[in-house]
Amino acid sequence: MLQLNNIWHFYPESNWKLSITSFTVSSGRVLGIIGPNGSGKTTLLRIAAGILKPTRGTVQLDGKNISQIKRRIIARTIGFLPQNLSSEYDYTVEELVYMGRYPYLHGWGTLGSHDFTIIRESLDITGMDSLRYRRLSHLSGGERKRAFLASILAQKPKILLLDEPSAALDIHSRVRFFRLLQKLSQEEDIGVAVVTHDLNLASLFSDSILLLHQGKCLSQGHPNTVLTKEIIYRVYGKDIYIGKHPENNRPTFIPRIKPENKP
Amino acid sequence: MKTKAVIFFGLFFLITAVVAPWFGVEPVKVSQVWNQLLGKSSPQGVIFWFQRIPRVILALIAGGTLALVGASFQVLFRNPLVEPYTLGISGGSALGAFLAISIPSLWITWGPFSSIQLLAVCGAAASLSLIYALSRKPEGLSIYTILLAGITISIICGGTILLLTYITSPNALIVFQRWMMGGVDIAGYKEMVSLLPMLLPGLALLFWHTNDLNHISLGEDMALGHGVPVKIVQRNIFIGGGLSTAAVVSLVGPIGFIGLIVPHAVRRLIGFDQRNVLPCSFFLGGIALAICDTIARKIIPPTELPVGIITAVIGGPLFIRLLVSRRWK
Repeated sequence: MLQLNNIWHFYPESNWKLSITSFTVSSGRVLGIIGPNGSGKTTLLRIAAGILKPTRGTVQLDGKNISQIKRRIIARTIGFLPQNLSSEYDYTVEELVYMGRYPYLHGWGTLGSHDFTIIRESLDITGMDSLRYRRLSHLSGGERKRAFLASILAQKPKILLLDEPSAALDIHSRVRFFRLLQKLSQEEDIGVAVVTHDLNLASLFSDSILLLHQGKCLSQGHPNTVLTKEIIYRVYGKDIYIGKHPENNRPTFIPRIKPENKP
Repeated sequence: MKTKAVIFFGLFFLITAVVAPWFGVEPVKVSQVWNQLLGKSSPQGVIFWFQRIPRVILALIAGGTLALVGASFQVLFRNPLVEPYTLGISGGSALGAFLAISIPSLWITWGPFSSIQLLAVCGAAASLSLIYALSRKPEGLSIYTILLAGITISIICGGTILLLTYITSPNALIVFQRWMMGGVDIAGYKEMVSLLPMLLPGLALLFWHTNDLNHISLGEDMALGHGVPVKIVQRNIFIGGGLSTAAVVSLVGPIGFIGLIVPHAVRRLIGFDQRNVLPCSFFLGGIALAICDTIARKIIPPTELPVGIITAVIGGPLFIRLLVSRRWK
């Protein structure tokens, strides 16, 4: 379990600050982190992954302070997918997934038969097995995201922290990606925290939602209790219709064509 | 892992080491080489064992080191145009060498170190220390500051050398100009020993972090997510590459292009896994410099050209060829 307590963070030469009282990522659950641009989602996720040290507060991984754990050990529990996925070199999918075994390897990074089994599983579960010899430059946006996800799944993490993994994907790829995250949480008992701007996907696929606004947690809980008309209008404005999804009755969002209260 | 490629380049490296010493202005026979070992000395035997062999070994080590450092730095700085000299090491070395050449009172020797080499090492070490001090931050080294500080120090050293050329003697200028052209023409094995104190730890650090460099090429956040201690790796690659380059430049001068082109050529041939790219770059860099040096010895007999001229003349067009190649795009 990943637990953040009394987190407070600011950047030098900026008035902006992040202030979160409590935040938990539990096994087998999908937590959607939403909020407008600049609300602190990425900063929060980087702090949770132990990549950014908060100005104040503690991050605890299975009861231990994350700043006192070696990166290699953290990587055996937390899989972190950053927002900007770029590679200086055109690796194959297979080479990228090999790299996910880093936390368990030493020196030259030679893989054993157990590592190959896990790599095959990671490729299978993300549907990248048939593309394993493809170079990254020859993949579509969605395939590329899944290749990087396969790489962090090869770490065999118990917690996944994903920063806008569905950005720039078409609707089919987005839905497929979120279904995969749901499957990972339900079947592999992985705790998933996913930052997204897509309110619909967050609402439909998350077990709980954390809504950030101006560096603070505005609301946290089940999608039906967080994604209410009052809260959404307060954070995103009133140019949104709020309805219910026919399959699970969760809130759904459609933009208005004309501004609210204007003819 | 393409182990076969590494073995192939390694074998080619050994073959070059065996074949290259037989080429030169003075023809050498197998019997003369053999007799030298048995105690029957001849001028050709001495040339083979005490000039050509150390020269070829030095070319293989120096070329290999420059290409290895180039390959590591290109990943570390995520910039394909970075080479070992980008950090201002050659600028510091050149300034040290220039002072040693132009100021007779600075002619000092220490063990296997010559005066030029000693001050070139001091110059390189001063550049490295200055860059390290400038780039050091509480969270680790700043990669961009290293790059910018390195380029700035190169410019400052270049300017200082230009200033000093006005007040120095023409003879010293000729010696300095020759040093700047680069060369592996050493006499005996003593000079090679002087490489070891800086070269061995430098190479060890670079090879130790070979696998880490794969992750660094994915960006800092992704590498940290994979469990790589990024700041430690960056610091060690900087120090390892700096030490190795300083050792080589102080002895052979600033030989260009090897550190820039060879890593690119290797990546085109065998892919991007740094566990293959780094050892193959070392082997191919050594092979390239040894072949260039052999050409330098043979091309205008009896004159031996400085190897730096050959690497630039051959390396420049080769790099342009790489840039316009369809596969490269």
